[in-house]
Amino acid sequence: MSDLAAPSPYPAAKATATARGWWGPGITALALTLALPVLVVIGFLFVPSGEVWQHLADTVLADYVTNSLLLMAGVTLGTLIGGVGTAWLTSMCRFPGRGFFEWALLLPMAMPAYIIAYTYTGLLDFAGPVQTSLRALTGWGYGGYWFPQVRSLTGAAVMLSLVLYPYVYLLSRAAFLGQSLCVLDVSRTLGNGPWRTFFTVALPLARPAIVAGLSLALMETLADYGTVQYFGVATFTTGIFRTWFGLGSAPAAAQLSAVLLGFVLVLILVERFSRRRARYHHTSQREQAIQRHRLTGWRAAAAFGFCLIPVLFGFLIPAGQLAWWAATIARTAYDTAFFALVLHTLALAAGTALLALLLALVLGYGRRLYPSRAVRASVRVAGLGYAVPGTVIAIGVLIPFAWLDRGIDNWMQATFGVSTGLLLSGTLAALIFAYLVRFLAVALQTVEAGLGKIRPSMDEAGRSLGYRPGEVLRRVHIPMLRGSLLTALLLVFVDVLKELPATLVLRPFNFNTLAVRAYELASDERLADCAPAALTIVLAGLLPVILLSRSITRSRDADTA
Amino acid sequence: MPIQLEVRAVTVAYGGNPVVAEVSFVLVEGTIGCLLGPSGCGKTTLLRAIAGFEPVTAGEIWLHGRRVSAPGQTLAPEQRRVGMVFQDFALFPHLTVAGNIGFGLRGASRAGRRARVGELLELVGMADAAQRYPHQLSGGMQQRVALARAMAPRPEVLLLDEPFSSMDTELREGLAREVRELLKRDGITAILVTHDQLEAFAMADQIAVLGGGRVHQWGTGFGLYHEPADRFVADFIGQGVLLTGTVVDDLRVKTELGRVAGTRPHGLPQGQAVEVLIRPDDMLYDESSPRRATVVGRAFRGAEYLYTLKLGSGTQVLCLVPSHHQHALGDDIGVRLEADHLVVFPV
Repeated sequence: MSDLAAPSPYPAAKATATARGWWGPGITALALTLALPVLVVIGFLFVPSGEVWQHLADTVLADYVTNSLLLMAGVTLGTLIGGVGTAWLTSMCRFPGRGFFEWALLLPMAMPAYIIAYTYTGLLDFAGPVQTSLRALTGWGYGGYWFPQVRSLTGAAVMLSLVLYPYVYLLSRAAFLGQSLCVLDVSRTLGNGPWRTFFTVALPLARPAIVAGLSLALMETLADYGTVQYFGVATFTTGIFRTWFGLGSAPAAAQLSAVLLGFVLVLILVERFSRRRARYHHTSQREQAIQRHRLTGWRAAAAFGFCLIPVLFGFLIPAGQLAWWAATIARTAYDTAFFALVLHTLALAAGTALLALLLALVLGYGRRLYPSRAVRASVRVAGLGYAVPGTVIAIGVLIPFAWLDRGIDNWMQATFGVSTGLLLSGTLAALIFAYLVRFLAVALQTVEAGLGKIRPSMDEAGRSLGYRPGEVLRRVHIPMLRGSLLTALLLVFVDVLKELPATLVLRPFNFNTLAVRAYELASDERLADCAPAALTIVLAGLLPVILLSRSITRSRDADTA
Repeated sequence: MPIQLEVRAVTVAYGGNPVVAEVSFVLVEGTIGCLLGPSGCGKTTLLRAIAGFEPVTAGEIWLHGRRVSAPGQTLAPEQRRVGMVFQDFALFPHLTVAGNIGFGLRGASRAGRRARVGELLELVGMADAAQRYPHQLSGGMQQRVALARAMAPRPEVLLLDEPFSSMDTELREGLAREVRELLKRDGITAILVTHDQLEAFAMADQIAVLGGGRVHQWGTGFGLYHEPADRFVADFIGQGVLLTGTVVDDLRVKTELGRVAGTRPHGLPQGQAVEVLIRPDDMLYDESSPRRATVVGRAFRGAEYLYTLKLGSGTQVLCLVPSHHQHALGDDIGVRLEADHLVVFPV
């Protein structure tokens, strides 16, 4: 949801010569700490890992690259058709159900890809309800008919597309709505029909925004572990796991991670570039009520159907299936163990969200006080984690923490003759640190967008009335930012709740979260049993979706006002 | 009267580029000073340096006997005891009017704070609105709250950064006078920054005209208008044109419109070619005058017309005439020059 942060309407507050103290060096140190995992992974590019890497390069590396590229191609196709098509229909046309789809199309965002993968496997497998009823209906037997295999690369691409198209939908929708209607009208008066206008004018104008949305979806695709692992598709993320746990080679796993980071970096650059261009593609700022093209008859029905498909398959069916499974085992599933699991997952997510918010405030406000080049660069580095796959971060956290543990242990043994064992690795501290690296950007962007709307004169008014910068933050900014701060908390909270690969690697022994529990049960093919945990994650995931759809409804009210 | 604020040869530069260059002035307690100049003249930068938001590159700033700014040493704004009224008022939207006014009263007892807030609410006439929020107030009311908030902690000096610029033009002068009375009643030392000379005249005791980062003249409004120190001030303050002439003696200059006499010697040698500042109010309409001029432009000002007149040599001058005398473009009218002050600049 990083894409919704509005640019600041005010220039950065000027640094004051008096804002000395610990802010500057503190921020740089903090940013470096948060960048540590990525730096470690990149650093391993220069460490020879010998045979393991050679072995990987000879055997599976080509597969990883091919599969990752194919997956990205599939997701590109799926999210473009689904995202751009629905965005165009809901923003430019009028048909029954349009108002509903406008926000309902966001619902699949609440579904983590691995959860949708579990439900469709349960639905479409040989023993699932669909094939069973098909056999009952036709009398076919095992092997006597062809049925698409869910657990395949294509299946994974479909699953990912179903939950990731909202990124493209959101950004292209905003672009379509921001386009000067005059431009579209001009095209119509020049004799182009609606289809021609769409392809020759609207689509090219919205292209930067669409590309930005697509790169976000592709970053998520590269970061996915749960789906591809479950479907047995060998990609980078599964490869990193195998190299680490199967082959036991940290350097090789780190090097694979670095290659994956290279892919991500390309996407980041594409996204940044497109976003910058998108800004210049708003040809006019005129506020004008949109005259939506009215669809009737079969056209209206087709539009309805086109918008229904992603909502139905991306949310309604899997959510219904989860609810059904959860209901069938409700009597035994919701025991004290389950509620204990929910409770400490929530506590972990809430604690992490609070920490992330705190750090985001320090970084965002520090940057406001001190927009020196070093500070600005540090804050940007601290915010890069959102693009880095959880698997990569996990490796990047594990390696330095293990090294630190060994160092402390050796020193303690040498000095006091006591072995401290693993102090940091495998603790909640390591896990929370990884979460912060990955999700701080989410909080930071929300906080910075909020801070950007506070005029610099507010800071100065507080200072001239006798308050130090920290006091001004507490007494002026925080009360004014309450809404943004809550949003930031909520976004990080839900992201932590959904996170799978980093949690799998870094969680303390015997410590589970809802996501890990769902993953474990699904891996044991106990799909129905994983429903209560999965459903809880989906319900929590609905919260930010509601926030988003509310802001959409509000802007729509503003449109028609 | 003790000196409250002293600015000593202050320079503020960004990357070697001076925005304020060697500015010096002194403000004694209870006076209202003004930094007047066109946009980009450095007046706001200087104000921010006094407030402690900008470091000085050279020179010193002293506040109530304490050195607060010197190169490499900038006392934090929160430790300076300066009050500031911002161009956009910067009222805290999450606090009520009373909350805003009481914000800077840290360390005061609850009763003490309430008493001071009540006093200021009374002073600015906002007692009825104490519990309202800034967004519920009109611009003028917001401004009074901003003023009260800045005055509440009894600052050593009150800084006003273009405080009337968001107001309607008709209201500005009245508000400026109103604010002046409030400040005078409390004996507050203040500095106003503005580009509007009428505002400056209405409010300030002493005005510094800034241009290109330096002070061109420091004086009263009357002095700036009638005895500008240089061409920049002559041009920036009021209207007028420069008419060429020749020095007759130490008090008189000969021009196309006759001789102009001053009261103070200008010190230029006889026969020196000069330019004389002619204000529109120095030109009188007089049908009986033998000197004629052609009307080439006119602007209706309500009580007066401001005519642009072309003299025989082709030079144009401005002339203010009561509006019941109407002349059409192209009319030939009689004019007479009657100036009390002689302002000459050598060519």
